[in-house]
Amino acid sequence: MEKFSGKVWVLGDDIDTDIIIPTEYLALETVNDMAPYAFSPLRPELAGQIQPGDIIVAGKNFGCGSSREQAPEIIKALGVKCVIAKSFARIFFRNSINNGLLLIENGELADVAKEGDTVAVSLNEAITYQGKEYPIAALPDNLMDIINAGGLVKAMRKLNGLD
Amino acid sequence: MGMTMAEKIIAAAAGVSEVIPGDIQTVTLDRLMSNDGTTHLTIDMYEKLKNPRIADVDKLVWIVDHNVPCDSVKTAASHKKMRDFAKAHGITFYEGAGVCHQLMMENHVTAGELIFGADSHTCAYGAVGAFGTGVGCTDYLYAMVTGKSWLLVPETLRFNLTGKLPKGVYARDLILTIIGQIGANGANYMAMEFGGEGLKTLNMSDRIAICNLCVEAGAKTALMEVDDITLDYLKAHGRTPKHVFKSDADAEFAKIYDINLSTIRPIVAKPHFVDSVVEAKKCVGTHIDEAFLGSCNNGRIEDLRAGAEVIKGKKVHPLVRFLVVPASQAVYQQALEEGLLQIFMEAGAIVMNPNCSVCWGSCQGVIGENEVLISTGTRNFKGRAGHKDSFVYLASAATVAASAIKGEIATADMV
Repeated sequence: MEKFSGKVWVLGDDIDTDIIIPTEYLALETVNDMAPYAFSPLRPELAGQIQPGDIIVAGKNFGCGSSREQAPEIIKALGVKCVIAKSFARIFFRNSINNGLLLIENGELADVAKEGDTVAVSLNEAITYQGKEYPIAALPDNLMDIINAGGLVKAMRKLNGLD
Repeated sequence: MGMTMAEKIIAAAAGVSEVIPGDIQTVTLDRLMSNDGTTHLTIDMYEKLKNPRIADVDKLVWIVDHNVPCDSVKTAASHKKMRDFAKAHGITFYEGAGVCHQLMMENHVTAGELIFGADSHTCAYGAVGAFGTGVGCTDYLYAMVTGKSWLLVPETLRFNLTGKLPKGVYARDLILTIIGQIGANGANYMAMEFGGEGLKTLNMSDRIAICNLCVEAGAKTALMEVDDITLDYLKAHGRTPKHVFKSDADAEFAKIYDINLSTIRPIVAKPHFVDSVVEAKKCVGTHIDEAFLGSCNNGRIEDLRAGAEVIKGKKVHPLVRFLVVPASQAVYQQALEEGLLQIFMEAGAIVMNPNCSVCWGSCQGVIGENEVLISTGTRNFKGRAGHKDSFVYLASAATVAASAIKGEIATADMV
């Protein structure tokens, strides 16, 4: 099973899609153009600080709000390896899987993780932080297939014999 | 084991006799709505497919409502892409006719259908007993090409309504009360089902407002029991139900709430969360810079009547911009015929064309740094209506109109 580790950025509860990408930047041409404005209503400097391979840790209801798919796309464009939150809003959850962005639910990490620390993830098994293991549930096979294909469109091309 | 309304609709769409919460089912969609928020992204992905096709073009409805009339050259290009594609493929297409969910209710949705909309407030369709749920543009593309998608069968929260809303209290106050009670993720992944004697006192406009906002509690869908009010509405709009489902007596609900409508009071949701609710009277005196009456939630004729009743013969506060935005051309036309637009204009309001407006912080009406908006829109997230350091309060049409007069948050009985 895949293992990785990354530096964490810690956010609170109810991080909504307008915080992840405000409406005024949705008219920009590509998600790479929008990415510098990610999380700007909350922390304008954050998008510039996130490095590829970093991990976002957050509280409950991450991604609540709009169905705008630019939200998970931008997090992926910043190079974020995965988001670990107490819970995810359902449209954001589907959109993330469909864009190949890994999401992990864990009810405890957000309360203990300190920004800048490193978290290790053993996919579908456990998170390790400061020597302590936090068990995580396995994603269903059909969703892992989509993530591993790099998103639903790529998975669909195979499903439909389009490639 | 009995089934809930949501379970019955999914079972029918999956072609199976029974489903239980937690099952993943492959369903055939009845209708697919998409708007100019993301349709250009769907088209980009579609055109990169090697063998693109549309499973059933008659199920697609595309609506330009988020930036209409368009406000920039970039938006014009994305609208053109959508317009040209719709024309080339024979997709039902609206532009400037109204906010997507209002147009879907006026022209398309019927009871028992399973509908994907590339917009989070698609759960509004439960007002006529349809399972509407919001998806992103990639899920939309998959459904458009294959005609199908997967759905996790949700658990259901049941709300038994009794009594009647007091005078001056609206469906908006009721659903904000419920969201405050269960929290912004209190119905995450779940269906919210409404029934009981009290439902009979709520008209179709009330029901749309309630179902529309259920996504702000995280709900996958919202469903109202189908009754004579539903059937009369569908008949008046030339439609017949696909299925009339009712939850079985032994259906299992994750939780049951009993709500007496007569106990509901005017409510305000404070910045920056929809579940941050208090009685409106506790916010009285809060300074405002702008007021907005409109959106898929509260831009119908009933809302314009409620606002006009409050503001008739009075003036908008000189330091306040009051935007009135009917949810569709049909609503606009009726408001014109009833003299409501004249009432608003004589009061000093800015009456605008049907569109999503400041509810999503685009088109005209965005607010600046440190400004405060009171709104019948759907959300009050930080920065939602403009500058990242601005503030949105959500309230009923009556409270918004009263606040526009006073220049600070006020209830209708104060003006």
